[in-house]
Amino acid sequence: MSTSTTLLALLEPGPAYGYTLKQNYDRWFARRRPLAFGQVYSTLARLTRDGLADQVEVESGHGPDRRLYRITAQGVGVVDEWVFAPEPPEASAAGTLHARVTVALLSGRDPADVLARQREAHLTRMRALQAQRRGSTGPELLAVTYELAHLDADLRWIEESGARLGAVREQLVAAREGDDDARG
Amino acid sequence: MLEADGVTLTYGATTALRDVSLTLAPGSRTALMGQSGSGKSSLLHCLAGVLVPDHGRILLDGQDVTGLSDRERSRLRLERLGVVFQFGDLVPELTLAENVMLPLQLLGAGRAAARGRALELLGELGVADVADSRTGAVSGGQAQRAAVARALVHEPRVVLADEPTGSLDTVNAEAVLDAMVALSGRIGATLLVVTHDNLVASHFDDLVLMRDGAIDSSRTATVR
Ligand SMILES: Nc1ncnc2c1ncn2[C@@H]1O[C@H](COP(=O)(O)OP(=O)(O)OP(=O)(O)O)[C@@H](O)[C@H]1O
Ligand SMILES: [Mg+2]
Repeated sequence: MSTSTTLLALLEPGPAYGYTLKQNYDRWFARRRPLAFGQVYSTLARLTRDGLADQVEVESGHGPDRRLYRITAQGVGVVDEWVFAPEPPEASAAGTLHARVTVALLSGRDPADVLARQREAHLTRMRALQAQRRGSTGPELLAVTYELAHLDADLRWIEESGARLGAVREQLVAAREGDDDARG
Repeated sequence: MLEADGVTLTYGATTALRDVSLTLAPGSRTALMGQSGSGKSSLLHCLAGVLVPDHGRILLDGQDVTGLSDRERSRLRLERLGVVFQFGDLVPELTLAENVMLPLQLLGAGRAAARGRALELLGELGVADVADSRTGAVSGGQAQRAAVARALVHEPRVVLADEPTGSLDTVNAEAVLDAMVALSGRIGATLLVVTHDNLVASHFDDLVLMRDGAIDSSRTATVR
């Protein structure tokens, strides 16, 4: 869904050939995993079938490369809806960090140790990203700073959790005792 | 090379630093982190020769500065160090440019040359437009950038900065830190930056963590 909507959105500035679209897509959205041409053309076919895009002109007999695609008003509506629809907040809580820190708190392990090790790993990556950021513009700059901001958020949360340790641990212990009581 | 060797510092009944030893290798760039009250500013003040420890030594290029007079330490600071203080210490009656010119003029530079260099640096830090405003008439973030310029303008051997981007948003902070790293690289200066912000810390190669007035060596990561 998001690949096809993203491709569709790349038609918004103006009509484009499949080849140009693929290049633009790779440049802004898939720097590590470029799109296959086949996927670009099958997606464009589906978008056309669904009325979200149409073809401006077809030059005779030169294969798919000669087809110029254009976004329709309906297509713009779909992009609009997708861009502004907030992501389910749970999406950012993926990964094991949350679980590992909670287990550390629950089990009496020092979350500061979890933090220290995670910080070492994160900071190593963040240093590399900072170096990359200094030399980058456009799509790369956005991708690099997105990752930096998220790594930073992870670390901040572990730190906060450490600072809240007392309260959190009490709650966890209380919850565990509650369970024991319920079990009899 | 700047070194703290077994430094202990007390404020009355409060022990702020307990037997702290730290070596800043020439040209190294280090972030100093730790919870509020852990002693980061106290350590920076000792390294800068602003405070004299109760025990231990501060060695600047091998010379113990703890035995020097206030005057001698001020002179050394002017010649070899650049310091950004956590709560700022620009002269409020002077403009930002005049503040940045001060170290150069105290070291004997002429007014015109000092002003040229100050404006250049203020431009690099994104505050050229308020260079001739009085310190009291600019924003906290603008004053902070001028403080960074003043710490670097005389190309010191060591730059010590306490939360130098604490009043700046991420993008402006990034620009200031980039400028600090680039400039210190150009002049081969050693950098120590106190911060509570991991993004800030990620601009520097080394990390030193403080806890309760001591260096938390189990959690201090050094790369390279
Ligand atoms: N002038 C002072 N008089 C008395 N106690 C002080 C003084 N300055 C600092 N302290 C105490 O010394 C300890 C270390 O303070 P310091 O300012 O070095 O911490 P910090 O790590 O810089 O904290 P922050 O992140 O809040 O700036 C704290 O317990 C603080 O209360
Ligand atoms: Mg402080």
